[in-house]
Amino acid sequence: MSHAVIIKDATKKYGDFTAVNKINLEIKKGEFFTLLGPSGCGKTTLLRMIAGFNSVDGGEIYFDDTMINNMEAHKRDIGMVFQNYAIFPHLTVSENVAYGLKAKKTPKPQIAPKVQEALDLVQIGTLKDRKPNELSGGQQQRVALARAFAIEPGVLLMDEPLSNLDAKLRVQMRSVIKKLQRRLGITTIYVTHDQEEALAISDRIAVMKNGDIMQVGTPEEIYRKPQNPFVASFIGVSNFIPATVNSTQGKDATVLLENTIPVQIPLRKAYTGKATLSARPEQLSFTTGEGMPGIIEFSVFLGDFIEYEIKLENGQTIQLNEYTKDVNEVRPDGQAVTVGFDASKVNLYADETEEVLSC
Amino acid sequence: MLKQKRRFKPDFWFWVKFAVIGIMLIFLIYPFFTLISRSFFSPKEEGLTLANYIRFFTKPYYYEALGRSLFVSITATLTTMVIGVPMAYLMTRYNIFFKKYIHIFIIMSLMSPPFIGAYSWIMLFGRAGFITNLFSGIGITLPTIYGKAGIIMVFTFKLFPYVYLYVSGAMGSIDSSLEEAAENLGSSKLRRLFTVTLPVILPSVAAGAIMVFMTSLADFGTPMLIGEGYTVLPVMVYNEYMSEIGGNANLASALSVIIVLCSTSVLLLQKHFVSKKNYTMTSMRPPQEIKLKGIKRVLTSIPVMLVTFIGILPQIVVLVTSFIKSDFTGFQGGFSLDSYITIAKRLGTNIRNTFVFSTVAIVFIIIIGLLISYVVVRQKGIAAQAMDLLIMFPYVIPGAVLGISLIVAFNKPPLLLTGTAAIMVIAYVVRKLPYTVRSGSAFLQQMDPSVEEASISLGVSPMRTFFKVTARLMAPGIFSGAILSWITCINELSSSIMLYGGKTSTISVAIYTEVVRNSYGTAAALASILTVSTVISLLIFLKVSKGKVSVV
Repeated sequence: MSHAVIIKDATKKYGDFTAVNKINLEIKKGEFFTLLGPSGCGKTTLLRMIAGFNSVDGGEIYFDDTMINNMEAHKRDIGMVFQNYAIFPHLTVSENVAYGLKAKKTPKPQIAPKVQEALDLVQIGTLKDRKPNELSGGQQQRVALARAFAIEPGVLLMDEPLSNLDAKLRVQMRSVIKKLQRRLGITTIYVTHDQEEALAISDRIAVMKNGDIMQVGTPEEIYRKPQNPFVASFIGVSNFIPATVNSTQGKDATVLLENTIPVQIPLRKAYTGKATLSARPEQLSFTTGEGMPGIIEFSVFLGDFIEYEIKLENGQTIQLNEYTKDVNEVRPDGQAVTVGFDASKVNLYADETEEVLSC
Repeated sequence: MLKQKRRFKPDFWFWVKFAVIGIMLIFLIYPFFTLISRSFFSPKEEGLTLANYIRFFTKPYYYEALGRSLFVSITATLTTMVIGVPMAYLMTRYNIFFKKYIHIFIIMSLMSPPFIGAYSWIMLFGRAGFITNLFSGIGITLPTIYGKAGIIMVFTFKLFPYVYLYVSGAMGSIDSSLEEAAENLGSSKLRRLFTVTLPVILPSVAAGAIMVFMTSLADFGTPMLIGEGYTVLPVMVYNEYMSEIGGNANLASALSVIIVLCSTSVLLLQKHFVSKKNYTMTSMRPPQEIKLKGIKRVLTSIPVMLVTFIGILPQIVVLVTSFIKSDFTGFQGGFSLDSYITIAKRLGTNIRNTFVFSTVAIVFIIIIGLLISYVVVRQKGIAAQAMDLLIMFPYVIPGAVLGISLIVAFNKPPLLLTGTAAIMVIAYVVRKLPYTVRSGSAFLQQMDPSVEEASISLGVSPMRTFFKVTARLMAPGIFSGAILSWITCINELSSSIMLYGGKTSTISVAIYTEVVRNSYGTAAALASILTVSTVISLLIFLKVSKGKVSVV
């Protein structure tokens, strides 16, 4: 049976360094949940706390209603997949998969069919008598997946399982993992530093930085409405443009971009002071109306879209993407342009608090 | 935040650490501290006294032994460097003839019992030696082999492999781009050797040199056999302790403490200087072997082969002489198995003892070594660090000193062990454990911990994971190390000669007593048994370790 995972104020300290800082999360039963962040953000530490390989220094972790803080790792009903596969080199493929089933005291006649089923799930049923050193990296990771799935764990933990694979295999394997997880409905917690992978695979994502959670949401929420500049820059590409806001009553406020160009942006509350506008390259467009004047410095034709680097009047270089299908030609370098955007789509952050001002 | 109170639950590893540290405290630390405390007592005076140390530093008879010990050790360190470094350079850079076999022969000369070297040089150059007789037949008197010259000679050819092995390891890992870079910058070949290659391998030279120094400082058998009047410290410890009249255990203890202080301070000095200069290099492109042709190849190979030949000469000598007819007056010439028949009749117990004690010791070494390797590599905390330090201890304690400390600690109830087989086995386990631990932990270090975590996450407890996965994967490392421990166990002399009793004498002790009795034929036969066992074990080691475990 799959578990829900509830994390309350979970904390991990190494001496003075706080690796995981009072984190709260509720992961639903059957959910594919990803911990995403740069290296050193505490995502693997948190995963290992859930697995039982790191002690919990503060707070509680629950599987459904059971607090598991002090439960030994081998009693936690988890399956784990590691970055370097961690296949037992002295056992064959099917012995690797049977290892956990035997430990769980599965009746002997059931082991062989279960092993076969798990291997078939990851499409390596024909390799079952091979030794690990006869397998490729991708095949080894399939064995690791089969081994973890075979014991039908309550929670499946994956620690950067695809980062040792080459780019093409990575894309292929992530859809294998996603489809399997859907089909079996196992609660899965997945750690990665690859934002594209996180967007592609997750039901929900927690973006982490320095032991804190910066935002939790669906991939779409996180991409469209990043809650702070860190998330905006870490997920996808964002242009940050300095601005000044002077609004006493929220609503449609006038924002001075580059501190000089006035634009109307709807705000959720009153704010006066410095702010930063965050716009994705595809949210920007060339306009004949109001906008930020600039000069095209460089362009790259990438087939389905064209990537422009534009130097603004404040000296800053921003990136603008234009779909090839929407235009007839690539603009030449050195052309003077005006850059505009749909004010309802971009995000505005207060500089001091990093909170979101835009609606 | 709620402070979590976790009740301490002793797990499997707690008991392992408890037991291992307990064993080390009882059989290593307690004896050694008993020895130290003994050195501050004197039979002539009441209470604590510095009398033994005062006597040591005021009587030339004693302090000159320290001088002699340091002299032979330092000289041997220099001579082994002079031979070992060029050997390593030639062997790694040039296509020497029979390179693979030469490498194995060099390892063999290192692993052979130390006193066999002394014995063989006496057979050749001693008073009644073959070569001495040969030369005196044509009226030439050779310089004497006894004394310091003989000791240094034996040490040089026995121990240069330490320098050779460390340095050739380092030479092989220098990235060739480094030397090419020097060449690019306009450095001549010779300049490059002195300004780039040598400085980079210097830490390895130092590591090899320190092994030579410590081994020669601690060695008992060689100076005992070939030193004659040239008494070095370990021999003096033995004499002081063993002599029936005027033997002084307290003074022997003080001498032991002084030896250990010497070797410890040299080890610390080396750690201090070398750790600052350690260049770690990941060699992407190890240097190419230079292919010499014709006469050049021959001329380069000859010195390498000559040194190697002198190194294994002792083994050849004992094997050959063991089959020569002999009696108490010397070798009579002609082939015979008499020596073997004699030892089978008279010294069967010694042979049995050697192999029984060593086998029992190896069983303990494998079990304890496996557990210690795991704790040292995988567990954190004070206990693991303490073990890591304790395991280094036997390196600085010469066998004779360990022997005495075990005697002074266990010569009275409740633990009356002197004269028993148990005390021999204990000495072997304590002294030879480091080989297995080092090899086992090196193996484990290369193993990713996630393999063990995978097993735990699949529902197997950490203890069962250790036996089902970790121990299985460590087996080649532990087994290789255990063979090295085994080889040094069967050849162990310095602690055995302190500890043996009427029924617990071993082959190495018998060789010593046979040589003293001028019974060279039986000594040769006994030494041959050890040599053949060593060679066979070493070949198994090379097969098992596949070059992944170094003998040094």
